[in-house]
Amino acid sequence: MTDRIVFENVSKFYGEVLGVNRVSLNLPPGITTLVGPNGSGKTTLMNLMTGLAQPSSGRISVLGVESGDAYTFFRAVGYCTQFDSFPHGLTGWQFLVDSLLLYGMSETDAARFAREAIERVRLSDAAMRKIGGYSKGMRQKIRLAQAIAHHPRVLILDEPLNGLDPMARAESLGLFEELSRQGMHLVVSSHILDEVDRISDRVVLITGGYVVAEGNIHEVRREVRDKPMQVVIRCNCPEMLASRMFSLNHCVEARLHADGRGVFLRTGDIDEFYRLLNSIALEGSIRIDAVAPVDDDTQAIYQYLIGSEGTAS
Amino acid sequence: MSTARGNVLVRSLQKQPWDLWWLQARRLVRIEVRRNLFSGRAWWIYSLAFIPTGIILIHLLVRSHPVFDLDDDTNVLAGIVQFYYVRLGVFFGCLGIFARLIRGEMIERSLHFYLLSPVRREVLLLAKYAAGCFSALLLFGVAVLANFILIYVGFGAAGQDYVLHGPGLAQLGAYLLVVSLACLGYGAVFLLLSMVFRNPTPAAMLVMGWEAINPIMPSMVQKISVASYLRHLMPITVPGQGIFTLLTVQTEPVPAWIAVAGLLVLTAVVLAYSCLRIRRLEIRYTTD
Repeated sequence: MTDRIVFENVSKFYGEVLGVNRVSLNLPPGITTLVGPNGSGKTTLMNLMTGLAQPSSGRISVLGVESGDAYTFFRAVGYCTQFDSFPHGLTGWQFLVDSLLLYGMSETDAARFAREAIERVRLSDAAMRKIGGYSKGMRQKIRLAQAIAHHPRVLILDEPLNGLDPMARAESLGLFEELSRQGMHLVVSSHILDEVDRISDRVVLITGGYVVAEGNIHEVRREVRDKPMQVVIRCNCPEMLASRMFSLNHCVEARLHADGRGVFLRTGDIDEFYRLLNSIALEGSIRIDAVAPVDDDTQAIYQYLIGSEGTAS
Repeated sequence: MSTARGNVLVRSLQKQPWDLWWLQARRLVRIEVRRNLFSGRAWWIYSLAFIPTGIILIHLLVRSHPVFDLDDDTNVLAGIVQFYYVRLGVFFGCLGIFARLIRGEMIERSLHFYLLSPVRREVLLLAKYAAGCFSALLLFGVAVLANFILIYVGFGAAGQDYVLHGPGLAQLGAYLLVVSLACLGYGAVFLLLSMVFRNPTPAAMLVMGWEAINPIMPSMVQKISVASYLRHLMPITVPGQGIFTLLTVQTEPVPAWIAVAGLLVLTAVVLAYSCLRIRRLEIRYTTD
């Protein structure tokens, strides 16, 4: 299983303080988002993955390699940390070239890789300026450039959208999607859930050092059985649809849309709900124009499982 | 049995990517030397190295040199190396250079870039140590050489004769050896202290105190001291007077080669322990 990031019953304690506890994960390629409140253990998981922290117990491997084998490991892994600091006095260009030279490549190759990474994050104009004079967004970009410059197969990104303006955020998300399509692993932590939601293949919800849910967003949502799913249906007879749906005992709430051309429904059994909706559509008595889940996203899952206070519910 | 084990060890060593490690170490040294020597923050280490040079230069400019002062100035130079460089200048200069290598980068929150690079941690540590040694040797070696030249240049032909036909060159070699070994020894000690303690300065003060009280310790314990080895390599011993008696080390006489070897062994032991520690080093900037 060499294309996976594997955590085997990993715990990390800082003295008596819990970092993460008994975490077992098996992450395939694609974009995985770590979601959780501040101090929940997201950064600890990322640091454990890259050897910046050592597990108190358990075992971690990335593509079958452990961080102790630094050369093999870090050729495959890039980590864009959220530490907003750099070696003193360097330009963005020097910072990247210095990093790349440690991979053993020639100076020509290091310059080529650095140029390519700087162009990818659209920082060419500022590359020769000292990092000390960069804005927060530019520092975020040069960190990202450093993490991707050596063409890793696994990219770990701790709050990569912090400090970026909307345009730069969109560009970064586009870059993440492109890298994911190329078969890379991306492990992302972010507080900007709605934007990350668009690109994530799966989420890991973590709070208080414990992983509370993991998997494809829709699968995780379905597992949250105590919170009925919300669906909005646009149709020509919302009242009739609501009454048909209410005949089922798993439908717990129906509310007409303000414009009178749709209905919000909450159901405890989404599979049964869709079966009934299909049969209603086939009957032809009600014309169904659109069906969309309302709370089938990371934001909703976060609220249901972790809550606004950041504690698992 | 032991031969088989030896063969396994040799084969294992041969399999290691020595060429890659050497290349990475050279590049790390280049990066670190640039940071050590060409940074505005290094001004006080330059000052430590060249304050005596400035004083000797002023002395040279404002005073004539009758020949009968040559012996006095030779003793002054020996005193500068023995009391100033070994006990203060190199001591604090190495504290500044070597404590920055690991702890300084933790304080600046930039060490993680190295720990996330494809460099074996032991190679990183040893390369940083080599860069620190190169920087310290360059600064303090040039300073001692400049002091030597400035001391004797004022004596004209007598000074030239003392240097070229007398004991001058041998003394210069000994001073450079002492300063070099001081950089290696103190460098290794401060590199280790910077990994063990969040603030290595109090620990360095303890080391300084230890070096001062070391002569009254039992013979075996005296060997755990950098200055005690260096004492045996000084070409001229200047007895301490007044406050300088605190900086004077009186140890059992030891042959020069044992002093050199002893210091190198002490350095190697400290570095080996540092290599073990860096393998488990974690980045916890919030608590560091």
